[in-house]
Formats: sequence, C-alpha cells, structure tokens
Amino acid sequence: MSAASTDTRDAARRPGASGASRIALRALHLLLLPLVLIGAWWLASAVTGLYYLPTPGEIAATFVEVWGAERLAADVLPSIGRLIGGFTLGSVLGVALGVVLGLSARLRAVLEPVLEFFRAIPPPVLVPLLMLFMGVNTTMKLAVIVSGCIWPILLNTIEGVRAVDPVLIDTCRCYGVRGRRWLTTLVLRSASPQIMAGMRQGLSIAIILMVISEMFASSSGLGYTIIQFQRSFAIPEMWSGILLLGLLGFGLSVLFGLAERRVLYWYNGVRAAARGE
Amino acid sequence: MLDVTGLQKIYPGQQGEVEALRDLTFDLGEGELACLVGPSGCGKTTLLKCIAGLMRPSSGSVVLAGTSVTGPPPDMAVVFQEYGRSLFPWLRVRDNVELPLKEKKLPKQRRRELSDEALDAVGLLKSADAYPWQLSGGMQQRVAIARAIAYEPRVLLMDEPFAAVDAQTRADLEDLIRTLWKRFSMTVLFVTHDIDEAVYLGERVLVMSSSPTIIQDDVTIDLPDERDQINTRGEHRFAELRTRIYAEIRNASQSATAQPQEAGKAH
Repeated sequence: MSAASTDTRDAARRPGASGASRIALRALHLLLLPLVLIGAWWLASAVTGLYYLPTPGEIAATFVEVWGAERLAADVLPSIGRLIGGFTLGSVLGVALGVVLGLSARLRAVLEPVLEFFRAIPPPVLVPLLMLFMGVNTTMKLAVIVSGCIWPILLNTIEGVRAVDPVLIDTCRCYGVRGRRWLTTLVLRSASPQIMAGMRQGLSIAIILMVISEMFASSSGLGYTIIQFQRSFAIPEMWSGILLLGLLGFGLSVLFGLAERRVLYWYNGVRAAARGE
Repeated sequence: MLDVTGLQKIYPGQQGEVEALRDLTFDLGEGELACLVGPSGCGKTTLLKCIAGLMRPSSGSVVLAGTSVTGPPPDMAVVFQEYGRSLFPWLRVRDNVELPLKEKKLPKQRRRELSDEALDAVGLLKSADAYPWQLSGGMQQRVAIARAIAYEPRVLLMDEPFAAVDAQTRADLEDLIRTLWKRFSMTVLFVTHDIDEAVYLGERVLVMSSSPTIIQDDVTIDLPDERDQINTRGEHRFAELRTRIYAEIRNASQSATAQPQEAGKAH
C-alpha cells in the first residue's frame, strides 16, 4: 500500500509522465479501495463460512442470474419509474412552493411553524396512514416519496430566493425586467445553487422511501423483491438486490452530478474567480 | 429634462427619525453632463435611488421630461457602484446587455445591433461570449456601462461607478464616459465622492452639503470641451475649481462636526 502511494506521488510530480500511465494511475486510485474491500469480504466469508455471508463470487453469479430481462421489466423499471416520478413531483412542488414562500415574508411567518412540524415527521410513518387513505397503489407510493423528498428542496428554495442580491433586484427594476423573465432569469437562476443542493438531498431521501414504500405494501418493485428473498432465505439473491440498489443510487448520483455541473457552471466559475484562480 | 424639487428623505429609525436629505432642488438640461459630489454619508445614494424611482422621497418631487417619477422610468438607465453584483453571473456578456432589450420586446436583429454597438463602444466586442466573472473589475464595469447604453436611455445615472477600480482603469473609464456622452447625446448624472473626478468629467458640479443634505453650490466647469488626463488636470483653472469645491466640502463636514469638537475643548 505505502509503496503504491509513493509511486503515485512521484508520477504526479514527474512532468514527463505519459498520458497512458496517468490514466492507469487514475484507474488505480479509483479502484484500489473497492478491490481491497471486496478482497476483505471474500476472505471473511471464506474463512467463517457463514450461511448469511456468501462470497462476492456467489453474489455476482446470482446477480447475473436473478436480474435478467424479466425481473428488470417487472420489478426494476417500475421502481425506477416511481422513484423518478416522485422525485420530479417533489422537486416541482418544492421549488414552486419555495419560490412563493421565499418571496412573501407574511406567508412565511404564517406557514413556517407548520412546515417545521410536518418536516419533523419521519416520512415512513406516513406509509400505513397513506395506505388507509389511498389504498395500495402507485399513487400511495408516489405520495410517500413526495412527502419525504419535498422538504430539503422546499426549505433550500426558500433560503435561495431570500438570498437574491438586492443590487440585482434593483437592476431588474431599473431595466424593467419583470414577470416571467424576472422569475426565470433572476429568482430561479439566482437560487439555483441552493435548489440543486436541496434536490441532491431530496434524491437520496427519495431512493430510501421508494424502497420502504415497496417493503410495506407492494406486489412488485425492488424493495418488495428484496423482502421476498429475505423471507424465503434466498440469501445470495437478497444480497444481489442490495447490490443493485447500491449501484442504482450510485448511478443516479453520478447523473445528478453531471446535470448539476451544467446548471451550476456559472456558480463554480464565480467561486473559482473569487478564490483567485 | 430632469427636475428635482424640494426633495426630502426621512428614514424612520429606532432612536427617532433620521433626515438624510433635507431640501434638494436642481435641474438638468437636455444633454448635460453633471457631477454630484459630496462628503461621505451625505446621502448621495439615497438621492440617486429617489431619482431612479427605486425609493419614494418623503416629500418633494422628481420630474423626468415632464412626467413625475413614481417608479423606475422607462428611458432611464443606471450604472451601480457594485459592478460585480449588478451583472448576472449566469448570463454571458452579450446576454447581460440584451436582457433589458428583450423586455423591451425589440426584435432579435435590433437587439444584436444595439449590443454590438454598445459593446464596441466600450471596447468589449471580443468578450461578448465571456461570462462576467471571467473579466477584470474594470471590464465588468464596462459591461454594465454597455448595458446602460444599449438601453438607449435619455438619462444615464451613475452611482460612484469607479470607486472600486484601480487608478489607471479609472482614468480610462472617465475618458470613456466623456466619449460616450458625446457620441450618444444623453443626459448624464454622475455621482462621486472624488472631487478631481467630478471636475474632470463634468460640465457642471453640484456640491452637496453633509447630512441633512442640501445643494450647497452649483459650479459651472468652464474647462475646454476636449479633456485630457494629463493636460486638463495640469491646467490652472482645473486647480482653481478643484480648490473651490474642496474648500466647500471641507467647510460642510467641519460645520457638521463643529458641535462635538466645541464640547471637547471645554474640558
């Protein structure tokens, strides 16, 4: 380990390091820790021989077997669909409500204590309640996801809208920028760093709630499938489902990061300029 | 063109009211370039905000071309002191300049003509596709000036626009303002705390007293029309005008602080 890290540092300092070797080093940087962890797991499961702890090899083999085209269509895609639907709905509602509240101090004064209360309720406890009201269906699952992921988006949007620079507000007034253009060019763009931060939190909450809503009450979906495997002691299958969820979350986070880089290109530029780069 | 009559602004405060502006009356003719100079804290920005329609005066009136100003008038542009904060960092330079023109519902081609002309006039046509934060402070203020010019205002207000740029850039920008003023025939009201700048730029200098503020003097700057950073500032007449205004501002701030000083001597 220590030898590897010394090599890396030397290579970074060496100006003539060729492109190929730099790419190889970068790959090593990214993969080293995952490989070590998988190795440690392998060792642990091989040594202990625990029934509940299959080897990574078994899990990988099961993964390929279990998550074929059929399950993908029956369980994975509906889950992802509900996740994206709920997250989109939560984002639209959160931003819309956040803009209204951010612009009106009077509304904020009335609504903020109530919002704080609702925010404090852990969303999973709403599942039994929403089941009673809505039944066991897609609407209920969307409602659960929205009820959880809306809060960071709403509260961050309020903060972002309140923090719009007064000089820019005066500038817009002087140049007659109002109405829709005022909203989109001034308010939403100005609040976009906070909105994106809220959406990032909201996304991870949405994934959690997607799984939970399916564990409680469902006949399909990732959460449902994992619980079924656990109940039937299909241990490697259960692990492969957990792995799939992890990969899904990771993939979505990468996609979100790419979108964020585009939307906040200006913001990163301003910050870099302020640091004198 | 611009008539300011009996303007007064009182801010409500926790320890009673604060009278920032007491009684300001002056008028600017069409196409005039006037500088407004006064000691710090005399309410220059308050006055400018009242003229721009961003703030309601407590009493008195501002009339622009026969119309009373109650909100931002459509043919007035403002350049703010905080250039870094008055440009939209998420818009490229050209989009910053064209944003007000979109709101004016000008067709795309006309917007392009106006932004080209304005950016060219401030020497930034090449930077049209840059973001403001990629430019230096002086260049950012030029973008703000280009945006104001492209708006085709009849009156241009400038609130200490060069207070935060370095000396060389400042000299360049001062000359730019005179050039633009002649080329685009606008009425310009330029607020500054810098007496040299006021004398160098203006056809006329309005001297404000310290708070509560009145117009203390109205000085006509009888320097030749063509001004030059080295020769104009070296002229005898420039020094005379500068000394006169400097003395007035010093008197103004001394009379404002006279009472506490007297009290100090008594001990």
